[in-house]
Amino acid sequence: MAYVFFGYFAGVIALTAVLVVALRNPVYSALALLVMFFHVAGLYITLHAEFLFAVQLMVYAGAILIFYLFAVMFLTEKTPDRYHMQSWGSLLIGGAIIVEIAVLVGQHGVSFGSTVERTALSSPSEEGNTEAIGHLLYTSYLFPFEVASLILLVAMIGAIVLSKKDLSESPPS
Amino acid sequence: MSVPIHYYLILSAFMFLTGLVGVLVRRNIIVILLCIELMLNATNINFVAFAEYLHDLGGQIFVFFTLTVAAAEVGVGLAIVVAIHRSKDTINVEEFNLLKW
Repeated sequence: MAYVFFGYFAGVIALTAVLVVALRNPVYSALALLVMFFHVAGLYITLHAEFLFAVQLMVYAGAILIFYLFAVMFLTEKTPDRYHMQSWGSLLIGGAIIVEIAVLVGQHGVSFGSTVERTALSSPSEEGNTEAIGHLLYTSYLFPFEVASLILLVAMIGAIVLSKKDLSESPPS
Repeated sequence: MSVPIHYYLILSAFMFLTGLVGVLVRRNIIVILLCIELMLNATNINFVAFAEYLHDLGGQIFVFFTLTVAAAEVGVGLAIVVAIHRSKDTINVEEFNLLKW
């Protein structure tokens, strides 16, 4: 069973990695990279790294890729007209997702209260992945953690300075 | 019955090579940055696979530092791209010949 999951995730990752390089349109490359990020997160689940799964989805697929899509749409010169001709495919996929959400809510919406009660009663028996990572990050790896925050601060200031227009020519007021 | 570790290493090496070829052959600078993200994800898979097979969480901790570097690279890199696009009005790396003579 583990081989089936690994084969699926590895196959999709390899295919989308090739698509990122091979596709002409940068928007399609970014969307192929989005699919690859999701399947790398699935691979983290099979490797028992549940906290990294959530971090991968939030940081890579949520923040970094949106940033890339913004840059692609901001910097490419002209938008091709065929973006406006794909509404039927997106309508099909969006309709399927809406039907799926409706089915899930219809099945589990009734038993929501009992689910909350059951999870409240169960006590955490052993230390999970998130607790272990947090404990290790704040004891053994405390100094690299602080250095990482310093790197983020430097990157933030650098991005602000680089993207500010004619910083040196502005008169001191 | 778990998957042996060299399967993960082969997948990671394939992803890294794909990203490296993309950096070398593509001319759009945004796609080059996307291929760098591809290579960073390949190293992340390696870290997590070794953390699982050596039963050491240090590999998963290092993924956070890779993530930090990736986020910093995206912020500074895209700021540089926007600044270059403002001055030269292109994002093709063939036309970035400011340091050539």
